[in-house]
Amino acid sequence: MKWLLLAAGMSVASAAAAQTEITVATVNNPDMVTMQKMTAQFEKAHPDVKVHFVTLPENELRQKITTDIASGAGQYDVITVSNYETPIWAKNGWLLPMDGLPASYGVDDLVGSVREGLSSGGKLYALPFYAESSMTYYRKDLFQKAGLTMPENPTWTQVEGFAQKLHKPAEGTYGICLRGLPGWGENMALFGTMVNAYGGRWFDLDWKPQLTSPAWNKAATAYKTLLQKYGPPGVTSNGFTESETLFARGQCAMWVDATVAAGYVSDPKTSKVAASVGFAQAPHETTTRGASWLYTWALAVPKSSEHQDAAKAFVGWATSKGYIDAIGASQGWLAVPPGTRKSTYANAQYQKAAPFSGLVEKAIAAADPAHPTAEPVPYTGIQMVSIPEFQAIGTRVGQIMAGILANQTSVEDGLKQGQDFTNRLMMQSGRMK
Amino acid sequence: MKTRRTSHVLLSLLAYAVALVMFFPILWMLLTAFKTEQDAFSITPQLAFAPTLESFRTALEQGSGYWHYAFNSLFSAVVSTLAGLLLAVPAAYAMAFYPSRRTDFTLVWMVSTKFIPAVGVLIPIFLVYKNLRLLDNLWGLTALFTAMNLPLLVWMAYSYFKDIPRDIVEASAIDGAATVQTMWRVVLPLALPGLASAGLLALILAWNESFWSLTMTDHKAATLAVYIASFKSAEGLFWAKMSAASVLTVTPIVVLGWFAQRQMVRGLTFGAVK
Repeated sequence: MKWLLLAAGMSVASAAAAQTEITVATVNNPDMVTMQKMTAQFEKAHPDVKVHFVTLPENELRQKITTDIASGAGQYDVITVSNYETPIWAKNGWLLPMDGLPASYGVDDLVGSVREGLSSGGKLYALPFYAESSMTYYRKDLFQKAGLTMPENPTWTQVEGFAQKLHKPAEGTYGICLRGLPGWGENMALFGTMVNAYGGRWFDLDWKPQLTSPAWNKAATAYKTLLQKYGPPGVTSNGFTESETLFARGQCAMWVDATVAAGYVSDPKTSKVAASVGFAQAPHETTTRGASWLYTWALAVPKSSEHQDAAKAFVGWATSKGYIDAIGASQGWLAVPPGTRKSTYANAQYQKAAPFSGLVEKAIAAADPAHPTAEPVPYTGIQMVSIPEFQAIGTRVGQIMAGILANQTSVEDGLKQGQDFTNRLMMQSGRMK
Repeated sequence: MKTRRTSHVLLSLLAYAVALVMFFPILWMLLTAFKTEQDAFSITPQLAFAPTLESFRTALEQGSGYWHYAFNSLFSAVVSTLAGLLLAVPAAYAMAFYPSRRTDFTLVWMVSTKFIPAVGVLIPIFLVYKNLRLLDNLWGLTALFTAMNLPLLVWMAYSYFKDIPRDIVEASAIDGAATVQTMWRVVLPLALPGLASAGLLALILAWNESFWSLTMTDHKAATLAVYIASFKSAEGLFWAKMSAASVLTVTPIVVLGWFAQRQMVRGLTFGAVK
């Protein structure tokens, strides 16, 4: 009897050993929460693989993944990365190239600009989970009442004019909501596109910072005027989520932010203004180049992973057309992860559920990270610069911009501080001679 | 007499005000946990709202892994506290009753390890753990917690032992008791209230620890601190869910603290007046 039990125990143990356990490091964004719920389907199709999730806030996740990969600890088999770090980490040799994908995956179905942002040296290093650009959201009812018309391609000057007319704080409506919360992925995502739209750039071809140029000054002045005169109070605390909530509650006449919010503000369950929300392209000014951003959340497999095949299979599943179709069928087409596949935008059901889909498709397709500015630059990336130093620079300049909004410093002094900081960092890193 | 009463009332009011200020964040967390995400996020603070258990349902739903994290928290806190006491008590006993030339230095050195911020030793510990394959390992995390609380336990135990007259130890030695017997049968029962409160403090510190838990664990050994952090998101509303998760996390330790309140106060003031 004892032997029988022992044998049974051993067979259970060997069955457990045969199962590959993979760890997926991700963030708690709604689309990722859906992915966790859908994972049972992947496990059903791959009974030999068990998936564990590690969910952390974005900054903590980035730090943990960096430590893990740089030290070769191999704790993660699948990591959530963006188009900012993918090319940098690929160059460091940290990521596994995503080659050998089956024809059924449909690499050619991936949106070109999105695919390009996740490639390095012509090779794909991460597969897109969802992608976003930026656009203008506005209240059709308020515009109609004021006799105003929002063009499909507005300029920042026009937006300022509309904001002035629609700013009625006594009635609980502010002219415009924009991100003011400091952070390279928060206020600097929006402000970076404003700089591009005003004809500015982060660096010239010799990597010399350009923050004291007239274009930066004009962009910063416009940003300050818009938010100080026509924005909600306490704007330096407003990031994406805060602004999205303000707009959905009907407190903003306009809002320029990520296209990924279109589903949320159009859904009557989450938005009071679902029936009256209008969409236009992100504002430009002297140029349309780089006026709207491109951000992709993607899944990659670090080279340190000990279960690369299972990890690749998971990434392939979570970014497949089949996954998108499964979400559309079970949770409605408004809930599908947007921006990654041409087939999503060609789908009649998606077009019907998401009236903004054409505009989003156009914005994402038009975003060109390889040529983000009017004048030539030595870097790629629209609202960010794909160099490791940018996190520190973007964070610092983001704080300075918040200081400008809070009247702690003038536009000129603030930009001078940003220029000096960037200069110092670029000298230290040896990129600028 | 009247002025004395007035000042007494004023002091009481001040004490209540200070207590309210200190307790307010916890009260707000508790209220937020019962709000909808929209109410929790509202710019004008909502004091009157229709309470809902929705956030608790989400925080406890299958897949959130609450019980897995709770087990890890319980295991690491309890085992590290027991291990810490097991190491600290003999060490403190030796230093209190058989001091050598180096005892003072050793005590100061032990506490000086707490002067370094934890992040200062993160890289070496991370690399050691990686090579020993102790990352995301419950025993590894428990060992860290033990080491983290050891200086505190040694110091507290040392000060309790110091308050016990040396004559008692000598008397029991004259009566023929061995060192271990003296420690076990004579000194420990006398120092028990103090040691219990030291243990309780170590337990609370280990339970609430977040830096090492977030850095050294992922899934298998992750504690409730990691569970709370997982609710934060750059997209979407999360305050109510995160508050519910926090309430679920702090409740066990608050309840324990409540029951052990008398013991804690007694232990912490042990020997305060001679």
